Amino acid sequence: MQTLNIIKLNILSKPENVAVARVAVAAFVAQIDLTVEELEDIKVAVSEAISNSIIHGYENKDDQWVEIIARRFSQAFEITISDQGKGIEDIKKAMEPAFSSDPSRMGLGFVFMQSFMDEVDVVSEPGMGTAVKLVKKLAVVQGTPN
Amino acid sequence: MLIDTFAKGDNLVVKVRGELDLLTAETFRNIVEKDLLKNKSLNLILDLDKVTFIDSSGLGVILGRYRRIREQGGKMAITGAKPHVLRILELAGIIKIVNLYENTEEALEGVR
Repeated sequence: MQTLNIIKLNILSKPENVAVARVAVAAFVAQIDLTVEELEDIKVAVSEAISNSIIHGYENKDDQWVEIIARRFSQAFEITISDQGKGIEDIKKAMEPAFSSDPSRMGLGFVFMQSFMDEVDVVSEPGMGTAVKLVKKLAVVQGTPN
Repeated sequence: MLIDTFAKGDNLVVKVRGELDLLTAETFRNIVEKDLLKNKSLNLILDLDKVTFIDSSGLGVILGRYRRIREQGGKMAITGAKPHVLRILELAGIIKIVNLYENTEEALEGVR
């Protein structure tokens, strides 16, 4: 798959930057005609992944970095959200509905990511950080290169 | 996010405008809790008509208020949820436990 465009964004792990990043990613993916629903799906999924990095990865420390890389292919968008936080012990368990390491939260982050995106891949090592890859396949093939 | 609240009888009506996410969820919780206590409200009506974005952080604080209202024997209602908000509420199962209304007037009738 040929990459047609890429953006790379580094944000400090502050709650106010979640909106900045999801709006930036939304502007990037909106370079092609997506439905309002597809655009919303991507915004929610990106918001969940970054919120997870801040809350769980960095345990709400607001001076760490979250990296967002969005790639556009002819048939899909791929967005990777990475942190160097504490990582996830048991990825399968973390992705279960209603599982949360924080009792005041609902554990719906991964449920939303999985519901709204076509693929969700998580790579994580305790103490090494987490990378979440989100893929949205496009209904119509766009921007075929010359 | 902007929040307007007003009390009417036993009910607290909360109108939310803007984005309900990790940044704004705590503010939402603090304002709603404070006004529920101040007005000694039994029921809570959330007007989400002007909510432009919501994720699981926003949903979490809504569900938290639902639990609290139920514990005190009251009812919670949601009004004006647009399709993008409704999808999130559906996915989390909130529409099975909270009544939805078109507008605040209907909700005030419904929770009586």
